[in-house]
Amino acid sequence: MILIWCAIAGVIGASLVVAAGSEYLPYRTPVYVAAGFAGVVALALLLVQPLLAAGLLPGFPMQAGRRIHRWTGVALMLAVAVHVVGLWITSPPDMVDALTFAAPTAFSAFGVVAMWALIAAALLAGIRKKLRLRPQVWRLAHTMAASVVVVGSVVHAILIEGTMGSVSKTLMCGLTIGAWALTVGRLKPWTGAWRGWRRQAQE
Amino acid sequence: MSQSPMPRRRFMAAGAAAFLATGTGLISPVRAQGLAPTTSMRGGANNYRPGALIVDRIGEGGFMMSGTVRRAGDGVPLEGIRIQIWAHTTEGRESDARSHGATLTNADGMFQLEMPQIVPTFGQPHGHLAYDSGDFETVFLRPVMSSARDTSLSAHFVLQPA
Repeated sequence: MILIWCAIAGVIGASLVVAAGSEYLPYRTPVYVAAGFAGVVALALLLVQPLLAAGLLPGFPMQAGRRIHRWTGVALMLAVAVHVVGLWITSPPDMVDALTFAAPTAFSAFGVVAMWALIAAALLAGIRKKLRLRPQVWRLAHTMAASVVVVGSVVHAILIEGTMGSVSKTLMCGLTIGAWALTVGRLKPWTGAWRGWRRQAQE
Repeated sequence: MSQSPMPRRRFMAAGAAAFLATGTGLISPVRAQGLAPTTSMRGGANNYRPGALIVDRIGEGGFMMSGTVRRAGDGVPLEGIRIQIWAHTTEGRESDARSHGATLTNADGMFQLEMPQIVPTFGQPHGHLAYDSGDFETVFLRPVMSSARDTSLSAHFVLQPA
């Protein structure tokens, strides 16, 4: 139990320390530095986010985990907002290219797709009561959107040559994929979704 | 029944080879007529500042940007062509005026301009080059360094008369 916490805190801490010591930082403006770190923070939040949803984080059983999951979700949205706005201020033409899928770099497209999937997952959570979806259907939809966020963000991060160290970045991305796979395997969000959908349609 | 002069397998192989050659552009109609013009790269014009001055070097130097300029079709090297260069370096951001400079090609169509070390920005270590003088079609290039540790980078232009 302590081991899990140590592993997670260690990888997140190491990633932040390595990024803070990057040789590229002296050549960046404060806004660019902040935008980069917002990206690292977002990746760290993405690592704990699925574990909280499944109650897999030691000390946070399902109920408590879900409550925190909502707040870390809000924090994730804020981190991505700072990341995108900060990079926009740093170089408007590069950000416009990324958002319109016209950038020369593949990681831009992965990042933007992950951003839209994050907005979709957050919207599903925010207007859950209004949507009146059956729980199984909602859960599958939210998990599918979240899966796109995880995979898109990990590919985005791996392909970028930025302030993150390659070892800590690979570890963090590996743990994030592991946490996501563990959660999806544990919660099996597809169970009952088809039946729920049919019932939903009949209503 | 007459025997086909070409075995079917060889016929298929030849057809596939011909398809691959044309399909991948190894033998394209444009190539057949000569050297094809360079097209602008995605994001090449980002943070461009028109009218960069011709300089001996940008900033303190330490990094070499070089390349060639040739004419589309016959591939003749072009002399006196003004190439504008800019990048995110140890001395300034892409959009800063001091990060921009220009140089002219020599009689062999070659150019080189010393500039500060390029530092990765927006996730890739890259430079920007432009031909935007009017006699030929405008071209913006955005070459990427194979390693952020590289101390040189090159880019080549094949220009189409305007």
